[in-house]
Amino acid sequence: MLKLKNINTYYGKVHALKNVSLHLAEGEIVTLIGANGAGKTTILNTISGVTPASGGNILFQKEEINALAPDRVVKLGISQVPEGRQVFKSMTVEENLELGAYLRYRARDAKAAIQKDMQEIFQLFPRLDERRRQAAGTMSGGEQQMLAIGRALMARPKLLLLDEPSMGLAPLVVQEIFRVLQQLRAERGVTILLVEQNAKAVLKLADRGYVLETGKVILEGPADELLENAEVKRAYLGKDKKEIWER
Amino acid sequence: MELGTQLLQYLLSGLATGAIYALIGIGFSIIYNATGIINFAQGEFVMLGGMVTVFLLKAHHLPLWAAIPLAVLIVTLVGFLFERLAIRPLRKATPISLVIVTIGGSILLRGLAMLIWDKDTHSLPSFSGDDPITVAGATVLPQHLWILGITLVLITLNKWFFSHTISGKAMRACSCNPRAAALVGIDVRRMVLFSFVISAAMGALAGIIVAPLTMTSYDVGGMLGLKGFCAAIIGGMSSGLPTVLGGLILGVLESLGAGLISSGYKDAIAFIILLLILFLRPQGLFGKPESERV
Repeated sequence: MLKLKNINTYYGKVHALKNVSLHLAEGEIVTLIGANGAGKTTILNTISGVTPASGGNILFQKEEINALAPDRVVKLGISQVPEGRQVFKSMTVEENLELGAYLRYRARDAKAAIQKDMQEIFQLFPRLDERRRQAAGTMSGGEQQMLAIGRALMARPKLLLLDEPSMGLAPLVVQEIFRVLQQLRAERGVTILLVEQNAKAVLKLADRGYVLETGKVILEGPADELLENAEVKRAYLGKDKKEIWER
Repeated sequence: MELGTQLLQYLLSGLATGAIYALIGIGFSIIYNATGIINFAQGEFVMLGGMVTVFLLKAHHLPLWAAIPLAVLIVTLVGFLFERLAIRPLRKATPISLVIVTIGGSILLRGLAMLIWDKDTHSLPSFSGDDPITVAGATVLPQHLWILGITLVLITLNKWFFSHTISGKAMRACSCNPRAAALVGIDVRRMVLFSFVISAAMGALAGIIVAPLTMTSYDVGGMLGLKGFCAAIIGGMSSGLPTVLGGLILGVLESLGAGLISSGYKDAIAFIILLLILFLRPQGLFGKPESERV
């Protein structure tokens, strides 16, 4: 469904992604793990068209999407839930969700369909329903994360990109969000690309994973294999190097 | 005249001028919220509104009801071109250089107005006669009522646009978080263009409705623009009610100051208020410190 081939992205003079290649099949949940600065967020932003790649190809459903403007990418069916939620803080929950469907307003009968989708989001996250007229910035981190996911879903994406959805959230809230992601895949067939620091939790959720280091993919494979991989354990799962040595 | 009647008189004429400042101030705020820059050419949109209407009336002998919408349309087009030709090509520029570009644009528009028309002062006929109406001893001109009425309609429309249409909400989203706005598929550059178009139209109308009272010429934009800017600063650069109140407060204080102290200090009052607000309450008279700005 999505294929990145030899992607190179620069931030000014910094070479942030070096020949990154990865792919997602339809209905998969794939995760990118790696330390800070490894280039995980850059990959998502390159796909979304925020920081276009200077070289390489990005194919989405066999169509070249490299260097498309962000709104075109959303229109094709790729929505991003950005790092740090980035909800529209001074606007209400309802308005945030409406804006998620911004590109659909020009279609006929759009309003009814958008209202219906909003109800579905409220079913997915009942807590948002309770707060629909509240300013988004006044909600808790977990609620803002739910809103950010809901907002992205309002565009009816085929592929959902999530950037560290668990950051700063209580374990129970993280569980709820991961449960919703599984539900989205099962019920709507949404394909998910997930960037995470919380490698252990995410590798239990994902089908496959890529490990990044300083802008390069250094390891890839099925999630359960990565969970057992000595290198991943040492670097990302907090197991002591010595402990693995002794085994 | 008794003091009470006198005060009422100052209040009424102050509210009418204040309404004009409010409209100009909203123009400043809309562009500021979309782009983060102060558009110092805003006053020239106001000047153009009045001057183009005068030109259409005198040179083309159009009736007033036709000249006004046509003038608004022309000035709106100027706002559109201004964004396309002066602002958009410099998207990567820093806010300060963009502000300087708007100052340059302002000088250019003023100079063009002088070359195309002249340096004279022109008057525009009142919309419905000049017979004063007496309200509790104070007199108002019909034009005052036109100004208040049209301002009320424009502010209501503006409010409705920003809180009930998806385009208005998208513009608010851009000012709230441009990156997130781009990620939901909002074309941020189009919203910037929109903001110039709306501000130009509002500025033009302000310039047209005030011209019958104050006359107009190629250089009225500077002072009117600064007064509108002052209204926006009092309102904390909000594109809603706070800036409207800012304009009205400014207008009434100016009118009271001119009447009770001396009319020579009329303009000084606006700038004293501007400085006081910037020193003491840079977030605006009604804003909370460090609050989210819409």
